[in-house]
Amino acid sequence: MNATVSWAGLAVSLSLVAVAAGISWWQRLGLQRQILIAAGRALAQLLLVGAALTLVVSPGRTIWWSWLWVAAMLGYASTVARRRAPEVPHLLSLALASFTAAAVVTLGVLFGLHVFPLNGRTLVPIAGMMIGNSMTATVLAGRRLTDELRDKREEVEARLALGQASRQAATPYVRAALRAALTPQIETTKATGLVFLPGAMTGLILAGAAPVQAVLVQAVVMFLVLAATATTTVVIALGLIRRLFTPDHRLVYLPTPADH
Amino acid sequence: MDERQTAAFEFQRVSVWRAGRRVLDEVTARIPAAGITVVAGPSGAGKTTLLRLCNRLEIPDAGTVSYRGQPLDELDPLLLRRRVGMVFQRPTPFPGTVADNLVVASPGAGSGDMSTALTRVALDPGLLGQDARTLSGGELQRMCLARTLVTQPETLLLDEPTSALDAQPKLVFESTARGLAAQGITIIWVTHDDAQAARIADRVYRLRDGQLAGVPVEEAEQP
Repeated sequence: MNATVSWAGLAVSLSLVAVAAGISWWQRLGLQRQILIAAGRALAQLLLVGAALTLVVSPGRTIWWSWLWVAAMLGYASTVARRRAPEVPHLLSLALASFTAAAVVTLGVLFGLHVFPLNGRTLVPIAGMMIGNSMTATVLAGRRLTDELRDKREEVEARLALGQASRQAATPYVRAALRAALTPQIETTKATGLVFLPGAMTGLILAGAAPVQAVLVQAVVMFLVLAATATTTVVIALGLIRRLFTPDHRLVYLPTPADH
Repeated sequence: MDERQTAAFEFQRVSVWRAGRRVLDEVTARIPAAGITVVAGPSGAGKTTLLRLCNRLEIPDAGTVSYRGQPLDELDPLLLRRRVGMVFQRPTPFPGTVADNLVVASPGAGSGDMSTALTRVALDPGLLGQDARTLSGGELQRMCLARTLVTQPETLLLDEPTSALDAQPKLVFESTARGLAAQGITIIWVTHDDAQAARIADRVYRLRDGQLAGVPVEEAEQP
């Protein structure tokens, strides 16, 4: 039995938005307008994406449209990362490089080794999940490393003053940033299935797939996300080091976030 | 040899701008290799910047800094920094024990080397296994000095190293530094404390508003 949603069903589900807005009104939160706008905006965006996806992944369409879609996602995700952490210098180009590296690694394994067949229906959602899930870790790693090098400037310069190369002097702070960025993803991976049923699996089961199939796909997605977060964060961290130190091993001036 | 024959550092019309302000204004100076040269002056005069130019933690916007006759931009900064060590105003312990700290400076250092380094700064070699952050302020600053000595520098840059210390540890640090100078290590010591300058200096340079003012005391005294 496939759980398809009719337009009427969608309209009925809007009553759930009314519940949220009603609570806001009852408790005088003043958020009714924002709730309605958010719900309306999400619906419009999803419908638009749905229509575009239909065009892109429909049978017979060349896969280049899907690759173009992936490229657009990479670019957009990079601008979002930059907006979320404006204090991290050069984050736009670094995020683009890191998402691209993660895409090469993860899509290379999944499609190159035929875990999934390569077509628009698999490429676009897989790339979307990979990028969406590694975004937080990317921002976290960039922000943490910038903070560490700024707040522990004296310690870093003491290492440089001992004749350590910038890469070596930065190692403890890179390590701290990578651990901080990867730990939440590892925790999520551990709790999967026990605490929450992740999106891909839920969607597949709702769409009528056999639970075991759904579980296998979800497992692959989790591993994909793990590899993607590890790849993006390490590219961000090592790329940042190259930009936060000069070629002659000086730490550049890092403004505090308040200066922005 | 006449110490004025051998310059450790030479500044030629060195200017540094930071945030639209001229921190050093065409400084020209010669810092002799022998003994302790004190750079004195009020805070904000550019003393720290002058010192940081010497191991290339900063570079000048104009002019040239030379070390023993060679312009710094022709020297490998990593090798330069091992020849020219630095102790900062605030102690900068790394995580871990005293030994862990010394190993950062020289990964190949054995316990003998490390004990020697501690002895040179009047610290008990028994402290090697102790967590660095449990040391007192004076001990910590001398550990930082020992850490720098592990790289066997010819020159030491000391940036107000005793400004956070009480009177007694301050005197211990000063006598330690005098001992190192007597062993032939060039010391450039930045301070705003005139009494300290009088106790330790072989010569005093005064920096005010980004310019070296007056004549070095010792050179004026000499015939």
